[in-house]
Amino acid sequence: MLLLRSAGSKQVFRFDNVGLRYGIGPEVLRDLNFRVEPRSFQYLTGPSGAGKTSLLRLLFLSIRPSRGLISIFGRDSSTLGQTDLPRIRRRIGVVFQDFRLLDHLTTYENVALALRVVGKPESRYRADVVELLNWVGLGERINAYPPVLSGGEKQRAAIARAVIGHPEILLADEPTGNVDPSMSRRLLRLFIELNRLGTSVVIATHDVDLMQRFPARTMALEDGRIEIHD
Amino acid sequence: MTDTPIRTPGLRLFPGRGRRRRSAGPSPIVPVNSIAGNALMTVVAIMSFLACITVGAVTLVQDAAQNWQADIRREVTVQIIPREGVDVAASVEQAIAIATATPGVGNVHALSEAENMALLEPWLGLGIDIAELPVPRLIVISINDPDVVDFDALAVALGAVDGASLDDHRRWTDRLRSMANVSVVVGFVVLALVFAATVLSVVFATRGAMAGNQQIVSVLHFIGAEDGFVAGEFQRHFLLLGLKGGLAGAALAAVLFAVVSIGMASLGDGPEGAQISALFGSFSVGPTGYFGALGVAFAIGVLTAITSRLTVFRYLGQVE
Repeated sequence: MLLLRSAGSKQVFRFDNVGLRYGIGPEVLRDLNFRVEPRSFQYLTGPSGAGKTSLLRLLFLSIRPSRGLISIFGRDSSTLGQTDLPRIRRRIGVVFQDFRLLDHLTTYENVALALRVVGKPESRYRADVVELLNWVGLGERINAYPPVLSGGEKQRAAIARAVIGHPEILLADEPTGNVDPSMSRRLLRLFIELNRLGTSVVIATHDVDLMQRFPARTMALEDGRIEIHD
Repeated sequence: MTDTPIRTPGLRLFPGRGRRRRSAGPSPIVPVNSIAGNALMTVVAIMSFLACITVGAVTLVQDAAQNWQADIRREVTVQIIPREGVDVAASVEQAIAIATATPGVGNVHALSEAENMALLEPWLGLGIDIAELPVPRLIVISINDPDVVDFDALAVALGAVDGASLDDHRRWTDRLRSMANVSVVVGFVVLALVFAATVLSVVFATRGAMAGNQQIVSVLHFIGAEDGFVAGEFQRHFLLLGLKGGLAGAALAAVLFAVVSIGMASLGDGPEGAQISALFGSFSVGPTGYFGALGVAFAIGVLTAITSRLTVFRYLGQVE
């Protein structure tokens, strides 16, 4: 039985005239207007410095826009209070470019962290975590610590942590940036499988080969502006 | 890494079954061993040691002062001053009769000339004819129960006797009481300073730990941890550190109390031992001191936990 939640008919994200500047500097993102629909799959691409990471930071509520409206799961992000943020973030899975695994926790504990923070007892999630680690090919590495994992293994552990809480959207920042081509194809198949199971996916990448191999909606950032190619 | 297919068990992504992991509980989210943590534990141990020493010293002084007061209150003295026209012997008899008839009074003993001479010998030397000197006669009254004796009434009654006056040592006991109270107040001030220093140390250490564990805080945030959860993890970490440090300091202080007590006891009945014994009684801290030290250790542990929790909340508020 599929246990992933459905985001329903509301857009996962809606950006209306969003602009972002840091301090008193120039706008790094300007006039962004786009939607991320439930169960959709898209790439976020653009040259270095185009603003991909800034846009991802806006998407996972790490920063607030300088202007415009960001709606997330039907709610205006500017109205979200301190207590709302954790609940919203639990519906978003994030895979960081640098993985951000905690070195003093095992692979199993890193992945289980997302369930531990919501107060679930280990007896209720142990089987799910082990099953997911098997699913991403880390079944034999559950008790290994991140420093001894390869780049690809860390990447899959980070992805497993991002999806274990059944997020409605997965944001991945250069998820194939540190792995060889065969591993990047393998990881992309994992994202496609997750999308097939109901999760919206946004992958920030500039791996052209990858995008050609698995064509999908593309949001191209150029000089702070976005262009959508459906 | 080979490009082997990722196993996908159909649509059952999370089927609720899987291989059992090792049964040990999950690791703490905040790493247990860190240089900052060990340094904080050492600081807390030192603070706890100082606080326990203060508690021990206060109880020692308070016990000694109470012992002195109790000893002094169990004896009063009547002086019969040999003035002209005063029949000292008759006055002594009268005073003894009044004292003996007073409720709560035990033994009443008029010092003989030989006993008076022995008292004065350190100042006047040997071979002095005391009869030629206007030395007052002393009557020592032992008190069975200081709470029963009405010292004011006794003083009034003795006032009617020619040349007699009562010295109930009230001035001394008042001074001792004041000294004991001051020592307790000073002790509490020192304790408060030690606690304040501990709080500040914990604040700095917590902020340092938060900065050192920024990635942990950041990851916890992005996977949806509430501030209360993050604060709870750091609080648990610092509670353990505080308790370990606090108990280590208290244990060290308890060992010191025991060693000093044994050392003083070993002086025995020699002159040094007699002096110490006169000042501090048995020089033993007693159960109050030991339980106080234990209480201080737990108080420092809890204080550390509360301080870290508040510091974490403030830090998270700034980060957000």
